[in-house]
Amino acid sequence: MTARVSLVIVSHSPGIARGTVDMVRQMVGDEIAVVGVGGRPDGSLGTDCPMIRAAIESVYSKAGVAVLVDLGGAETNSEMAIEQLPPAWADRVTICDAAIVEGAIMAATEAAAGADLDAVRRAAEEY
Amino acid sequence: MSDRTGRPQPVRAGCRRPFAPDPVRPARAVGLTADLLEAAARALLQAEDRLGVLDTAIGDGDHGRNMARGARAVAGIARDVVERPLPEALHRLGMTVVNSVGGAAGPLYGSCLLAMAQAAETEAPGRPIDPPMLARLWAAGVEAVKRRGRSDVGAKTMLDVLVPALAALSASPRLTAEAVRAAAEAGLAGTGPMRATKGRAAYLGDRSVGHLDPGAASAALIIERVIDAVEAGR
Repeated sequence: MTARVSLVIVSHSPGIARGTVDMVRQMVGDEIAVVGVGGRPDGSLGTDCPMIRAAIESVYSKAGVAVLVDLGGAETNSEMAIEQLPPAWADRVTICDAAIVEGAIMAATEAAAGADLDAVRRAAEEY
Repeated sequence: MSDRTGRPQPVRAGCRRPFAPDPVRPARAVGLTADLLEAAARALLQAEDRLGVLDTAIGDGDHGRNMARGARAVAGIARDVVERPLPEALHRLGMTVVNSVGGAAGPLYGSCLLAMAQAAETEAPGRPIDPPMLARLWAAGVEAVKRRGRSDVGAKTMLDVLVPALAALSASPRLTAEAVRAAAEAGLAGTGPMRATKGRAAYLGDRSVGHLDPGAASAALIIERVIDAVEAGR
């Protein structure tokens, strides 16, 4: 099977990250790799650069990784996490400028259909 | 240089070691001292509640706690990190901030320090940090904050302190500590009447008016300590 685009859901809240992954799974099952990362290492609300980086690495695919984020810190911490990846990987990870739940569902259905990273990002952003 | 024949022999490049290379001076010897880092960390820890209150008013309330976490992480590596050359020390500080502070401030202050590290690479190795050099590093840091935050002055953010303080520092090759402090304080006070257009406070729109920006407040605290250190080092 050719590689599919993976998804990373980055929220300030572990519950929102988990719930969004659940909704994605309901739509596309196990057809793509999706992981949620939410909160800080101590479980409090927030985002954490090393946790996001580890999440991206855990689902990295040659087809790429689409990252869905909620509020400001989720986006900037995701940017920093991507910059810390090996450059060849960083080029294949993109943050979608989209609502986290709706964007994740759109991106997941597109990725499950075998679309490339750019098409997955556009699907999320055009919703 | 001759062999047994008495004829002069060419000197092979690989064998020439006229002088040992100058060891690059550690960051503490050029002005980035553990005292400075610890003073900044102490100031942020002391201000934890105040920053938290400011952030509760117009944000998510975690700025004090986040900066305190970063302050403890920086204080923890301060003695080690200042033994490294300046660019490496700044880079390690930046990574430590990114990986410990979290929130929106972690990537912003972290990017600032990482950009300062890059700028320090372009300075003569071992050059002491004088006010003009500090201004060059600071300018690189400010640009990084603008890029990372996609923001500029007037949006009720830390840039409203960082930018005017940098302008005051750049205005004269001799450190005018009072002018830099005054610019930082005026910048912080100026965020009060502003309507936030960036960061969590932007969701509040007009209701953000009348509150100081917590990021601007932490920036003013850090600048105060940096200026103290440069002033003391003269």
